Amino acid sequence: MDPVFMAQTFVTLLDGIPLALQLVSIALAAGAVFAVALAFMRLYGGLALGSLARAYVFVFRGTPLLVQIFLIYYGLGQFEDVRASLLWPFLREPYWCAVLALMLNTAAYTSEIVRGGLQSVPFGQVEAARACGMSGILLFRRIVAPIALRQALPGYGNEVILMVKATSLASIITLMEITGLAHRLISETFRAIEIFVCAGAIYLIMNFAVTRAIKMVEHWLSPHLRDAPDDARATGRVAAISH
Amino acid sequence: MSGPGKSDRLLVKVEALHKSYGDLQVLKNVNVEVPRGRSVVVIGPSGSGKSTLLRCLNLLEPIDSGIITFDGQDTAPLRKAAHALRREIGMVFQNFELFQHLSAIENIILAPMKVLGMSEEEARARARKLLEKVHIPEKADVFPDELSGGQQQRVAIARALAMSPKLMLYDEPTSALDPEMIKEVLDVMLELSQEGMTSVVVTHEMGFARRAAHHIVFMDGGEVVEDAATEQFFTGAVHPRTQRFLQQILR
Ligand SMILES: Nc1ncnc2c1ncn2[C@@H]1O[C@H](COP(=O)(O)OP(=O)(O)OP(=O)(O)O)[C@@H](O)[C@H]1O
Ligand SMILES: [Mg+2]
Repeated sequence: MDPVFMAQTFVTLLDGIPLALQLVSIALAAGAVFAVALAFMRLYGGLALGSLARAYVFVFRGTPLLVQIFLIYYGLGQFEDVRASLLWPFLREPYWCAVLALMLNTAAYTSEIVRGGLQSVPFGQVEAARACGMSGILLFRRIVAPIALRQALPGYGNEVILMVKATSLASIITLMEITGLAHRLISETFRAIEIFVCAGAIYLIMNFAVTRAIKMVEHWLSPHLRDAPDDARATGRVAAISH
Repeated sequence: MSGPGKSDRLLVKVEALHKSYGDLQVLKNVNVEVPRGRSVVVIGPSGSGKSTLLRCLNLLEPIDSGIITFDGQDTAPLRKAAHALRREIGMVFQNFELFQHLSAIENIILAPMKVLGMSEEEARARARKLLEKVHIPEKADVFPDELSGGQQQRVAIARALAMSPKLMLYDEPTSALDPEMIKEVLDVMLELSQEGMTSVVVTHEMGFARRAAHHIVFMDGGEVVEDAATEQFFTGAVHPRTQRFLQQILR
């Protein structure tokens, strides 16, 4: 392997990071909102909404993301209605097709993570909150959500890592993120191994950052597992209570 | 509180309460009275409906029939806004049920701030006083899993007191505790009782019952078998089922 070429390749591929980060962050943000809605439908939506959410999760977890990307990118344009709709300017862009596919896919997985988190909240904690006069949104926000979030976080961290890697599939529909750039370089230089090693290293670095970030959030959300001095910890938590 | 009329003597009055889970009748024609400023101790074998009775009292459970009067008011019309009534009733659980993600003092100030709209400053000041009252002022910023069971239960008592309840419900508050911690919790409860806090206590600590209880209710199979003034209860004028149970737990 040629270190100079590797270094150049690495620098070239770094250009793909912003696009990859955009894809993954928009998809995760929108997907999280959708996921919470799906989880609520499953848990509290009754039979009809619950079945709808269940079917959605079944389909989007049970089919490959690549197939979903193809269906959205090549498939949606087949429909007259879609082409006539206000969304068409977005849906004909590979960028938005990739975001949409990633978003729909992560929503399915994340909804299950959210559901698991919500179901893990001990009934006794809810009952204790009720006995203190809490109810409705207050109870959800102060007791159920924080406990569920902490439970769901490790699983969600996994999902984020999978999504970072999944952005590489966007290269299939012409997006020049890291893998897309790698493909182009290979077609110019025919040095696949070095280039893919560099690409792999970049994903590894990104996911290292994700892992650290998740750990930090976990640490921040778990004051009771921390070793920080009492007063520092107390102030941190008060901030969390009082806004 | 208006004049001390006949009906005003009682903070809680339960009349002909029936409650079942499906086919299982858990409470059968239960009648209980709790005078203001007094403690009623409820004893009885496992499954006799003691916890269910407490949960009915603060409307955590729907009832099939009967009347529960609290502070002179029939609670039936209040069920839709039961959380408003629960502000006035503190509850202490066998397994403490402190909010694990909050420190001791945060456990205590959360409901006063968010439910009663108290300022944080005031809530904290009161919480510190309550922690002193339960003899653990130094544990304010400690999280539940760093506290012993006895300390957790005392924080739970402080949390309930923080809402300035008119009534305290204790559901076997010392059953999950090691023997050496039982006393520290019972002492706090006894002090509260002596200060005139009205309470209903499910417990098998007969020493506590003897010292704190105004009267003692013995339940079995969902029925109130015995309801006697404490003195009378211990001096023997009791139902054979009660005697059998007492022999078992005092053994
Ligand atoms: N949510 C529920 N659904 C169905 N049955 C229940 C429920 N809660 C309690 N029961 C049943 O009701 C009966 C009374 O239960 P309860 O918890 O009130 O008894 P208890 O006197 O508090 O007993 P213990 O001393 O074990 O705490 C039991 O037979 C119990 O199995
Ligand atoms: Mg019980």
